[in-house]
Amino acid sequence: MTEILNALVLLTNFVIVPAAAYGAQLALGALGVTLIFGILRFANFAHGELMSFGTMVTILVTWMLQSAGIGIDPLPTALLALPVGIAFSALLALATDRAVYRFYRVRRSDPIVTAIVSVGVMFMMAGLIRFIIGPNDQSFADGTRFLITAGEFKRATGLGEGLAIKLSQVLTLVIAIVVVAALFWFLQKTRAGKAMRAYSDNEDLALLSGINPDRVVMIAWVITAALATIGGVLYGLDKSYKPFIFMQLLLPVFAAAIVGGIGQPVGAILGGFVVAFSEVTITYAYKKFITYLVPESWAPDGLVQLLSTDYKFAVSFIILVAVLLIRPTGIIRGKVI
Amino acid sequence: MAFLAATHMTGGYGGADIIQDCSITVEQGEIAVVVGPNGAGKSTAMKAVFGMLELRSGSVVLDSRDITDMAPQERVRIGMGFVPQNRNVFVSLTVQENLEMGAFICAYDIRENLEQVYELFPVLKEKRDQPAGELSGGQRQQVAVGRALMTRPRLLMLDEPTAGVSPIVMDDLFDRILEIASTGIAILMVEQNARHALEIADHGFVLVQGGNRFTDTGQNLLADPEVRRSFLGG
Amino acid sequence: MTRRGYLYFGIMALLLLGVGFGQSWNVALGIFNLCLISAIMSLGVNIQWGYAGLFNVGIMGFAALGGLTAVLVSMPPVAEAWAAGGKGIGLAFLCLVATVAAVFAVRRYVAEHWRFLATLITLVVGFVLIRSVFDPAVERIESVNPAETGYLGGMGLPIVLSWLLGGFVAAGAAWLIGKIALGLRADYLAIATLGISEIIIAMVKYEEWLSRGVKNVTGMPRPVPYEIGLTETGWFIRLADWFGVDVGDSASVVVKLCYALLFLVVLAIVLWFSERALHSPWGRMMRAIRDNRDAASAMGKDVTWRHLQVFVLGCAVCGIAGAMLTTLDGQLTPTGYIPLRFTFLIWVMVIIGGSGNNWGAVLGGFAIWFLWIEAEPLGNWLMQTITLGMEDGYWLKDHLIASAAYTRLIMMGVILLLVMRFYPRGLIPER
Repeated sequence: MTEILNALVLLTNFVIVPAAAYGAQLALGALGVTLIFGILRFANFAHGELMSFGTMVTILVTWMLQSAGIGIDPLPTALLALPVGIAFSALLALATDRAVYRFYRVRRSDPIVTAIVSVGVMFMMAGLIRFIIGPNDQSFADGTRFLITAGEFKRATGLGEGLAIKLSQVLTLVIAIVVVAALFWFLQKTRAGKAMRAYSDNEDLALLSGINPDRVVMIAWVITAALATIGGVLYGLDKSYKPFIFMQLLLPVFAAAIVGGIGQPVGAILGGFVVAFSEVTITYAYKKFITYLVPESWAPDGLVQLLSTDYKFAVSFIILVAVLLIRPTGIIRGKVI
Repeated sequence: MAFLAATHMTGGYGGADIIQDCSITVEQGEIAVVVGPNGAGKSTAMKAVFGMLELRSGSVVLDSRDITDMAPQERVRIGMGFVPQNRNVFVSLTVQENLEMGAFICAYDIRENLEQVYELFPVLKEKRDQPAGELSGGQRQQVAVGRALMTRPRLLMLDEPTAGVSPIVMDDLFDRILEIASTGIAILMVEQNARHALEIADHGFVLVQGGNRFTDTGQNLLADPEVRRSFLGG
Repeated sequence: MTRRGYLYFGIMALLLLGVGFGQSWNVALGIFNLCLISAIMSLGVNIQWGYAGLFNVGIMGFAALGGLTAVLVSMPPVAEAWAAGGKGIGLAFLCLVATVAAVFAVRRYVAEHWRFLATLITLVVGFVLIRSVFDPAVERIESVNPAETGYLGGMGLPIVLSWLLGGFVAAGAAWLIGKIALGLRADYLAIATLGISEIIIAMVKYEEWLSRGVKNVTGMPRPVPYEIGLTETGWFIRLADWFGVDVGDSASVVVKLCYALLFLVVLAIVLWFSERALHSPWGRMMRAIRDNRDAASAMGKDVTWRHLQVFVLGCAVCGIAGAMLTTLDGQLTPTGYIPLRFTFLIWVMVIIGGSGNNWGAVLGGFAIWFLWIEAEPLGNWLMQTITLGMEDGYWLKDHLIASAAYTRLIMMGVILLLVMRFYPRGLIPER
C-alpha cells in the first residue's frame, strides 16, 4: 500500500503539480493570444515579448519596493508591483496598436501581412527589453518559498517520497482562477463584454448595431496586456525571468490557443493544460514511478522516458500539428477564421 | 410627402453604377416590396437607402428629414431598422444576447422591447438561452428580424427575408411581417419570391437593370398581365 | 532590372568598398561572403513567398539540415562507432518504416469502430520497439571516444558535394513537411513551420550520435586553401612582399576571396534558375494562384500540389545555403541556430528587397546583412556619443554602452515596420 502511495506522491510532486502550475501560466498567455486572434483577427507574434515587457516592468518596480523595504511577507513583493506592470504593458500595447496595427486594420489587410508586421514589433520589443534590463537571468521572487517542503511532508506522512508545494505554484493557480473568473464574468455578463463577443463573431453586424470598434479594440488590448503580464510574472516567480524565455514560450502558447480552439477563451484554458501536461508527462522519467508499482524483478533499467527533456518544446509542436491536421477548429469548435 | 422617399438614386460600389435613377417610397404603416429579376439591383437599392453605399446622385428623405449623408449607424438611431440577407445573427451569442445587441444603442431599459419581441416571436422566448447558431433557418430569421426590431424602428427594411427557407416558414414569416406592419411600422422589403411578396404588399416596385420598370399597388401588379408574364411566370 | 535596381546595387558595392578602405579588406570580404550566403537564403524564401505567398517561418530548420549534411558528407567516418552502433541504427530505422507502414495499413483495413484504438496500439508498440533497438545503439556510438568523436561521422567526401546534397536533404524534409502542413491557412502555416524548425534544431542539438550535438563538429574540411598553408608557401610570400602587404593578412584575404568566388558561382546559378522559373509559364501560373487562390482552384489547378513544388524548391535553396554557411564556418554549431538571427532576419531581407522579385531578394540579402553587421559598431559609436558628457562609472553610461548591442534589434524592427508601411513593395518591386 505504501508503495502505491509513494508512487502517487512522486507523480504528484514531479508531474501533476508542476504541470498544473505551468498549464495555468500557459493558459493566461493563450487567453491573450486567442483574444487578439478572435477580435483583431491576426496571429500576434509579439505576444511573448508583451509578456516579457510586463514582467520586466513588474520586476523593476519590485526591486524598487524591495530596496525601500516595502513588502507583503509572506507573499512575494511582485504582487504589489503587478498593477504597475499591467499599466505599462497596456500602454505599450495601445501605443503599438495605434502606431502600427491600426493602419492594416482599417485597410482590412490580409491577416498574414499583420502577422509579418507583428514580427517587426517583436524585434523592437525584444531589443527594447534587452536594452533596459539586459539579457540575463533576473531574480525577483521573495516571500515564503515553500508552503510545504518535501521534508515536512515526509515527516508528517511517514512516506518515503516528499511532496513539496511552492507558494508560487499555489499563487499561480489561485490568481489564474480569479483572473479567468473575472474575464468570463466580463465577457458573459457585461454589455461591453457581450459587445466584444459580438464583434468577434460578426464584425459587420456588430458595426451595424452601433458597437464602437475602437472601444472594442482598446479593451481587447488592455485585457490582453493584463493577462500577458500576470502570466509572465507568475511564470517568473515560479521559474525565473530571462528575456530569451519568452521567445521560446511563444510556441507552447500558440499551440495552447490553437489546440483549444482559436477565439474561444475556454479553449485557451483547456489548451494550456493539455499542452502543459503533455510536455511534462511525455518528458518525465518514469523509472522510479514504475519501480514503486511493480515487483522487484520487473523494475526497469533505463529511465523510461518517452522523449528526452530536450524535446520539451517539440512536444507542444507535435500536439499542435496533430490538432491542425485532425481537428483544425480545435477542441472547442473555434473559428478557422 | 411619403414617410420614406428615396428618389432618383444613382450609384454603385465604386465602379459602374448599379442603380440608375431609382426611386422607392414607403408610406407610414404600409408594406412596400421591391421585386425584379436577378441582378436588377434590388439589394443594392436597399443598401443605398440604408446608407451602405455612396450615391452619385439622388436623395433619401425620412419623415421630412434629409438623411442622404448619414452613416448607417446614425440612421438606426433615428428610426431605421435593417435585416441583412446573410450573416444576420451573431451565431455564437444566445438568442437573448442577439436581441440585446440589437438594442445596443438604446440608452434606456430595454426589457419592454424584449418582451414585445418575445410576444411577436414566442419561439424565441423559449430558446432565449440557446446560441443562435443552433437554431433552424426559419428561427434564425426570426432572431434576425427581432434583433432589428429592438430599437423600435419606424421603418423596418428586410433584404430577401425568405431566401433559402421552406414554404411553410416563408408563410409564417410573411404573417409576422403583416403583424409588425399592423403595429404602425413601415416595411420595405426586397424579395425574390415576387408573387407571395406582392400579395401582402401595399405598394410594389419592380426594378429591372437598376431602374424602375413598374410601380403600382401590389394587387394591381399581380393582376397586370405584362408583369405576370415577365416575372411571375404567367 | 530597373535603373533604380542598378543604382541600389551600385550603392551596395560602394558601401562594401568603403568598409574595405575604411576598416579592412578582411572585414569587407567577411561581410561580403555572408552577404552572398544571405542572398541565397533570401532567394529561397522569395521563391516561397513571392511566387506562392507561403509564409515559411521555419527556414532555419532547413538551413540546419544543410549544415548537418555538410558534416555527414565531409567528415571522416568513425569506423569504431559504425561497428558499435551502425547496425542498431539501421535496425531502428527499419522499425520506424515498418511502424509507419503498419499505421497506414491499420488506417486502411481496420473497421471504423476500432481504428483509433488500433492506430494508438500500433503507434505505442512501434515506439517501444524502435526505442528498444535505438537507445542502446546510440549509447554505444556516443561512448566511442566522446571527447573527439562520439558520433558516426560522415562519408569523407569533398565538402562542396554537400552543398548539392544539402539541397536534396532539405528538399526531402520539405516534401514530407509540406505534405502534412501545406493545406493550412497562411498564418497557421507560419506557426506550424516555426514548430517544425524547432524540432529539426532540437534533433541537431541533441542527437549526438548524428551531429555531436552541442559539442560541435570542428575542423571540417575545406574547398579552399588554409591560411597557414599560404603563409608558408614560397611564391605567396614573395608576392606579398612585392605588393608590400602583410603576409598573414593577405593570406586571410585570399582565402576569403576564394570562398567569395565559389559562393558567387552558386549564387549566379541559383539566381539564373530562379529567374528562368519566374518568367516561365510555370512561374506565371504560380503567381496567378498566389493572387487568386480560389479562382485558380476553380479552374482546376491543384493548388496544394503547386504549393508543394514551390515549398520544396525554396527549402532546397535554403538547405544549400545552410551547407555553404557551415563550410564557411568550418564547424557545425547547433546552438548557433537562433530564430532571431536566421529566420526573421532573412524575412526582413526579402521584404525590404522586394518580395516577388529575385534581384530584390538578393539586394535585400546584401543590404540587411550589411546593416546588421555595421549596426554593432554604429550602435557602440552612438552610445559613446550620447554618453560623452557623462562621467565614467556612472551607472547610466555603463548601462547604455553595454546595451549598445540591442540597438540592432530595435533598428531591424523599425526598418521592417517602416518598409511594410510605406514601401510595402520593397526596394525592387515585383514587376
